[in-house]
Amino acid sequence: MTTLLAVLALICLAPAVAAVLVRNLIHSALLFVLAWLGLAAFYLALGAEFVAFAQALVYVGGVSMVALFAVLLTRPGRTDLLPPPSAARAVGGLAAASLVASMLASSLFWSRLPSMEPTAPIPLRRLGELLAGPYLVAVLLVGLILTVALIGGLLLAAPRRPAEGGDA
Amino acid sequence: MSPLHLCLALSAALFCTGLVAVLIRGNAILVLLGVELMLNAANLNFLAFWRFGPGGGEAGLVFVLFSIAVAAAEAAVGMALVIAVHRHLRSIRIADANRLKG
Amino acid sequence: MILAVAPASPADAWLERAPLLLRDALTGWLPDALRPWVSALLSIAVILGVFGLLFAYMTLAERKLLGRMQNRPGPNRTGPFGLLQPFADAIKALTKEDIVPRAADRVLHFLAPVVLVALSLLGLAVIPFGRNLVAVELEAAVLYFFAAGAATELSIFMAGWASRNKYSLLAAMRALAQLISYEVPLLLSVVPVVVVAGSLSTTGIVAAQGGWAAGIWPHWHALTPWGFSAFAVFMIAALAESNRSPFDLPEAESELIAGHLTEYSGFKYALFFMAEYLGMAALSAMAVTLFLGGWQAPLGLLEFVPSYAWFGVKLLLLLLGFIWIRATFPRLRIDQLTRLSWKFLVPLALVNLLNGGFWAATADWSGPAAAVRWLVSALLVVVPFVALARSLAAGYGPRTYRYAPS
Repeated sequence: MTTLLAVLALICLAPAVAAVLVRNLIHSALLFVLAWLGLAAFYLALGAEFVAFAQALVYVGGVSMVALFAVLLTRPGRTDLLPPPSAARAVGGLAAASLVASMLASSLFWSRLPSMEPTAPIPLRRLGELLAGPYLVAVLLVGLILTVALIGGLLLAAPRRPAEGGDA
Repeated sequence: MSPLHLCLALSAALFCTGLVAVLIRGNAILVLLGVELMLNAANLNFLAFWRFGPGGGEAGLVFVLFSIAVAAAEAAVGMALVIAVHRHLRSIRIADANRLKG
Repeated sequence: MILAVAPASPADAWLERAPLLLRDALTGWLPDALRPWVSALLSIAVILGVFGLLFAYMTLAERKLLGRMQNRPGPNRTGPFGLLQPFADAIKALTKEDIVPRAADRVLHFLAPVVLVALSLLGLAVIPFGRNLVAVELEAAVLYFFAAGAATELSIFMAGWASRNKYSLLAAMRALAQLISYEVPLLLSVVPVVVVAGSLSTTGIVAAQGGWAAGIWPHWHALTPWGFSAFAVFMIAALAESNRSPFDLPEAESELIAGHLTEYSGFKYALFFMAEYLGMAALSAMAVTLFLGGWQAPLGLLEFVPSYAWFGVKLLLLLLGFIWIRATFPRLRIDQLTRLSWKFLVPLALVNLLNGGFWAATADWSGPAAAVRWLVSALLVVVPFVALARSLAAGYGPRTYRYAPS
């Protein structure tokens, strides 16, 4: 189990780190997609089947499309390569990130996590009963959030008509 | 290293990678993708504790579903904002969007 | 003879169990640890072989059927009745020069067709081809299928962008707009099926369509009012998702050279072609599973025909329907097809959700109440369809043709 998870962890982490360092924005977006797919595989290894497929469907099929369209619609035109970050910003950013990393590492390795038995994965029917039962209000609220985000995104990104302004 | 430690270490590493993306790279789209990565790291944390933590924690799994949905909504609105800002400033470098007067 | 033996149940017939017996014969002598791996490899090989041959002969069937519908014979030179034509096409595609533009992004240009074919094949893993013939048994199989399909959109983007060609990029964005628009009715039309069958697993959905009412009317979902509407929406969305006529604007040869595939030649173009047909086959297979009862026979006394044969017959009927539609309808413009999806199919699919929920909630009505159930369900299909169609077609009056004076 641990070796499988370690291999999958490497498959998730390598594209993510590469995506942050690469200069070409589209390569970066596609490497993020690889990282999300790796995470979906990781969730499958953890036994969360529905969440893994939902992650693949939403992130790889949805968020990646949104990001790629945004990249395409805002291209600088001259070249696709991004300028490297300035030295000051790079040093500052790395310092902040290493601070966070050291806090997380210390809390992880110097604490005593009790060794627990892995719980059994939840059958799909039980998940459905949970979503339609105790978590029904949350589901409806998330639906509302998604509808509002859809309409808001359309209104924000739509080009303004010259005279009347904003035809919905 | 127990599986729980491995999952938490991966989650921490992904979170820091996303943080580096947000802080260092000066491109609005990359910042948004870094935030998505941080959200993914948090989801992984939830799932790790659901799977290897004390039993009966179904809330972890359900929370991850909602987190994925909300992250997608946030990505959509964020990218729409990037497009709207680009229409004004002709640039998506966040260093260029440093004035309140439009 | 099979009929003379009269097995106790159709599941015990020799022909029915033949694939499983074959698999056991091939893997029985292996040690226990290796057996699941070899069995999985066997099922992969069989699926690749069967669907590869299906793709090859579908291209031939399309050309000959299109030809006959257009009053010409189609390919008939290579081999008897043109039966070796697919192999001639394969040799041509393999030996053509593979041109990659100098400015193109080589890695993405190469990866795009490979990823597309791989993801199109992934969807076939959860389809039950016969009574015990499903490659992977998943609890959330339907979700897996659509997740694999959604990821294919990325490779279209990669193809359009990596070619470094303005027109490829525009065509890729148009193709993506079409794919994303039709993803929504595709998924929405499947939800009532899941609600009524009570399961996301493909084997569960096929099992829920078993049995016959009064011995002759199968309980397939397509033979119920809400299921018929969902089946129609699913097939239209599947046509658009696989870039088939009348939604084939992204690759219309007569219009934009080849859209996002302009800079592809030789084998890579053949791979894109294969991915389109595989996507068509996978979506048809899913439609057969969700709406047409999967491997179930249409009549009780026809159950001596093995289950995988029934699946094949239904799949071929749907694919021939795809070809027939291509020969019949003119192409839609991009604004017409997005309008069709968002303004017509999505509201219809949403009302159908309501319809499916009503059907599932009234599952225990019988006798005269069953007639009421069918009537309400049918009204929930017909009334929104007519209302939407009338309101959307307002202003597009009957066509008047003006001919040149002779």
